[in-house]
Amino acid sequence: MNWGSWDNFFAMGGYAFYVWGSYAVTAALIIAEVALLRVRKRTIDSSLRRIAGAHEQRRHG
Amino acid sequence: MKTTADVRSGAAERRRYNLFWFSSPQTFFPLAGRLAPWFAAAAAVLAAAGLYVSFLLAPTDAQQGESYRIIFIHVPAAWMSMFLYVVMAFWSAVGLVFNTRLSGMMANAVAPTGALFTFIALWTGALWGKPTWGAWWVWDARLTSELILLFLYFGYMALHAAIEDPRRADKAAGILAMVGVVNVPIIYFSVKWWNTLHQGASVSLTKAPTMAATMLAGMLLMALSFWMYSIAAALWRARAIVLERERNSDWVADYVRTTR
Repeated sequence: MNWGSWDNFFAMGGYAFYVWGSYAVTAALIIAEVALLRVRKRTIDSSLRRIAGAHEQRRHG
Repeated sequence: MKTTADVRSGAAERRRYNLFWFSSPQTFFPLAGRLAPWFAAAAAVLAAAGLYVSFLLAPTDAQQGESYRIIFIHVPAAWMSMFLYVVMAFWSAVGLVFNTRLSGMMANAVAPTGALFTFIALWTGALWGKPTWGAWWVWDARLTSELILLFLYFGYMALHAAIEDPRRADKAAGILAMVGVVNVPIIYFSVKWWNTLHQGASVSLTKAPTMAATMLAGMLLMALSFWMYSIAAALWRARAIVLERERNSDWVADYVRTTR
């Protein structure tokens, strides 16, 4: 497939809104899911660390 | 006190005859952590190859022009939305039959990603429907049953979140997931059973493909990429769920100590 130019590629034969609207939302949602998964893991990790820290303090303090 | 390493040393012999070895959250947790990045990397490589084929090798469609390029995410997303629902119902059933803790966690880990792909299938379908049918949405059998699938995912997640005890939540939401699985064949065969606006299956195991080889290749590469991504996302989410649910156990205390 030869698009000729970047302008032609981005224009998608007049269907730019529909084609790029589909791909952009898909990409954004997948990136958002990965980001949310990292936040979820970090939240539980840090809360576990806080609890472990509190236990240790009680034992030594 | 028994450490994770002590427990693991006994693993080799036990694994040989115990099928349920990996159904222990403690064994699953490090395994999922090791596997997930590989699945994510495979997803990225397959997506790059899939997008290259879809946009640079696949020819313009004779009837639909360039608008058809939505197919490369629309069809794989729709496949994943149905497949992940079956996976979710499968883990729910395993959890109800064998009463294994990890099964409910797996069903839980799959649900949001399944809902995500259902939404993507509906969204890209609307953006494809407008230029080809002249409507963003029609109440046709295929579209309506796919919308019901999205509500089933939401229903599963809402019901699970509403019940405080996670094991009880697994059972209640699991039954909902299993009942809802009847919707999957309805979606799949809707284009055959009813007279719908939506076109029939693009790919079939019994017939020769009706599309250009490069179009088919692009679609299959994207489908494989979504598949690998779903596995990575489910494994990552399952790891967080395992820690959330097992936070009071000794092995999680060991894990926290070693990662600090």
